Amino acid sequence: MTPFSFGGELFGMWTWLDAVVRVVLVVTAMTLVVMYLTYGERKVVARFQQRLGPTKTGPAGVFQAFADALKLVAKEDIRPTNADRWVFELAPYATFVPVFLVLLVLPFAKDWGVRNLTLGMFFVFAVLGLNIVGIIMAGLGSGNKFALLGGVRAAAQMISYEIPLVLSLLAVAMVAGTLDLNQMAMLQADRPFILLQPLAFLIFFTAMLSEMHRAPFDIPVAESEIVGGYFVEYSGIRWSMFQLTEYASMWGFSVFGSVVFLGGWAFPFGEEWGWGWQLALTLAKSIAWIMAIFWIRTTVPRLRIDQLMSFCWKVLLPLSIVQLLANGFILVYDWPQELLTATSGAGAVALITIIIMRTARRPKNKYVGTYRQAGVTTS
Amino acid sequence: MSIWPEEKLLTPAEAEFDTVDMTINIGPQHPATHGVFRMILRVDGEVVVDCEPYIGYLHRGLEKLTENNDYRQAMGYWDRTDYLAGMACEHAYVMAVESLARIEVPERAEYIRVIMAELSRINSHFLFLGAFGADVGSFGTSFIYAWRERERIYDLFEEVAGDRMFPTYMRVGGVAMDLPENFEERCRWLLGSIRQGIEDLDGLLTGNEIFVERCRNLAPMSTERAIALGITGPILRSTGLQWDLRKAEPYSVYDRMKFDIPWRPDLQGDVFDRFWMRLSEMYQSCRIIEQCLDEMPKGGLVLNADLPKTLRVDNGEAYIRYEGTKGEYGVYAMSKGGNKPYRMKLRSPSFCNLSALREMVIGSYVADAIIILGSLDIVLGEVDK
Repeated sequence: MTPFSFGGELFGMWTWLDAVVRVVLVVTAMTLVVMYLTYGERKVVARFQQRLGPTKTGPAGVFQAFADALKLVAKEDIRPTNADRWVFELAPYATFVPVFLVLLVLPFAKDWGVRNLTLGMFFVFAVLGLNIVGIIMAGLGSGNKFALLGGVRAAAQMISYEIPLVLSLLAVAMVAGTLDLNQMAMLQADRPFILLQPLAFLIFFTAMLSEMHRAPFDIPVAESEIVGGYFVEYSGIRWSMFQLTEYASMWGFSVFGSVVFLGGWAFPFGEEWGWGWQLALTLAKSIAWIMAIFWIRTTVPRLRIDQLMSFCWKVLLPLSIVQLLANGFILVYDWPQELLTATSGAGAVALITIIIMRTARRPKNKYVGTYRQAGVTTS
Repeated sequence: MSIWPEEKLLTPAEAEFDTVDMTINIGPQHPATHGVFRMILRVDGEVVVDCEPYIGYLHRGLEKLTENNDYRQAMGYWDRTDYLAGMACEHAYVMAVESLARIEVPERAEYIRVIMAELSRINSHFLFLGAFGADVGSFGTSFIYAWRERERIYDLFEEVAGDRMFPTYMRVGGVAMDLPENFEERCRWLLGSIRQGIEDLDGLLTGNEIFVERCRNLAPMSTERAIALGITGPILRSTGLQWDLRKAEPYSVYDRMKFDIPWRPDLQGDVFDRFWMRLSEMYQSCRIIEQCLDEMPKGGLVLNADLPKTLRVDNGEAYIRYEGTKGEYGVYAMSKGGNKPYRMKLRSPSFCNLSALREMVIGSYVADAIIILGSLDIVLGEVDK
């Protein structure tokens, strides 16, 4: 028995007060998690790069996050003269709120969440699509060409990658037969959905990296090209809102992904072990997920915008549609579940083969368009 | 700039879908320009239509400064041309003065000079590998990996010459002081560490599908075009021509060294080949240093003992072609008597290599323009002199 049920009315209060308490709890948790994610990322990435990372602020630099926050709050909030005032100032909130809304429906343990929606997954799709509005606002409102390029790149990228993201989740939803995230976790008590739908997992992971602008899809914020992209003009607290958004969405996606694919709080112990274990499981899975993101970030270079787009439209999208079709046939005709693993696994192998084959081919000895367009003759 | 239109919106027919090119200013303060280079890109969407490079932000009047200083005093300025390979620049400068004044150099000093020059070549190429990885977008990992070996090379320089980046170690007629006692041991250990470092970077970058996909077939250059633009060094070699002044016109003790000019049958001078060329050259530099350590006379003078207190040179002129880290580092010296050169001229390889930038960049994407600039491996100290 759980000591108190988070799913029911908390502390027996009025509904609105109950909701406020839950939101405050989640916001506090999120802020702390995000602060320690930045610290964790700096430490982990430093180890990847043969460095030490923060060491000065407190033992092993554990208070670095607070020092950063203090510095950012104390900084001057600069608005460029040719920025569009309200668009510029509201953009950080417009990016932050959707990401925060995602956290409201995530089940951290059985029935532990601010609200348990029957259409939880649908809510996540719907709300995540709004994130892009804030980014375009920041890109257009800053009055900076780097920001404009970053905003436009972000718009193109996020809209494109939302499709394979949603399709891959839809494939899982077909297998689960529900959009309720809590129930989805419960269904995975004996085997996580990654075993049934490995292709959907790969597509989701790729598209997720793209949605969050993490490497190798950090094209909208490319440090070495457009120096930070859409938030290049922001400073102080508004800049930290963008950082908060980035890390909050990373955490949100990690929990969401581990609920959908890795069994969330349910796998492998089921419901019997109590909410403490369930919270620990969610935490462990999301940390593993985040570590994978860090690992990828430190290792791989950035794709080019056209390679990114063609990868989405020519590889990820057809594969996810094929997977939906296969799932449909298997589920409608009640074929055994092993077939789901087989078809999706074959798709996953195909995806990896495509990536490897594309680069392993011999380089073509041809001169690309550059000289022709410059009017320079080459022999 | 406002997103709310203040005037009536045009219909597509009225506007005729006319889009205007946008100019983007990149530099002089920009993480990808590796110094204070500035280029103005005119872009149509993401595609570069035109590129206008601006240089001169780091101009210090090197040639004039040298003309106003004693031959020995002026050497400190030459470190600061290709500041990633100070030893190599000094080497070229002292070679020019020695050739002008007809001064002999002890054999041990020649070997020491070659070791130092090759170490600085490795140093410079390491920075290229690291910075290029960062340009392509690997979040500084390659940069820090390259930094480890560079720090060790600099530590060795510090032990030998007393300074890390601008050692001013060479002297007209030799080198400033003999090597420290444990130098050979440390240098051999360093070579092992360097080889490991090159392999690490090779695995990190060349082993990565995205990196190869970004770099292959990007901005290729034919040998004829490279020669027409005066391009030298690794960029010229990456077009398939085996031209290296250390082989073609050996100076110092390079004629006794066994090393190869890296070559592949499918070299086409694209960004990947430039990267590959520098990576492969570093192994050859390691070979040269090893041979120097083996063959070096174990004792003897390192500085010509018959040098006058003040170096006065008769009328004459000299031109030294030196295989610098970026290409042909040419030093022209002219004397009309006295202790100062009448005219000094530096033919800096980075400056000539940079002239290829515009035609390489046009027609590529903005992201590619950055890595094309990175692949040219310019040093602004050398471009702006």
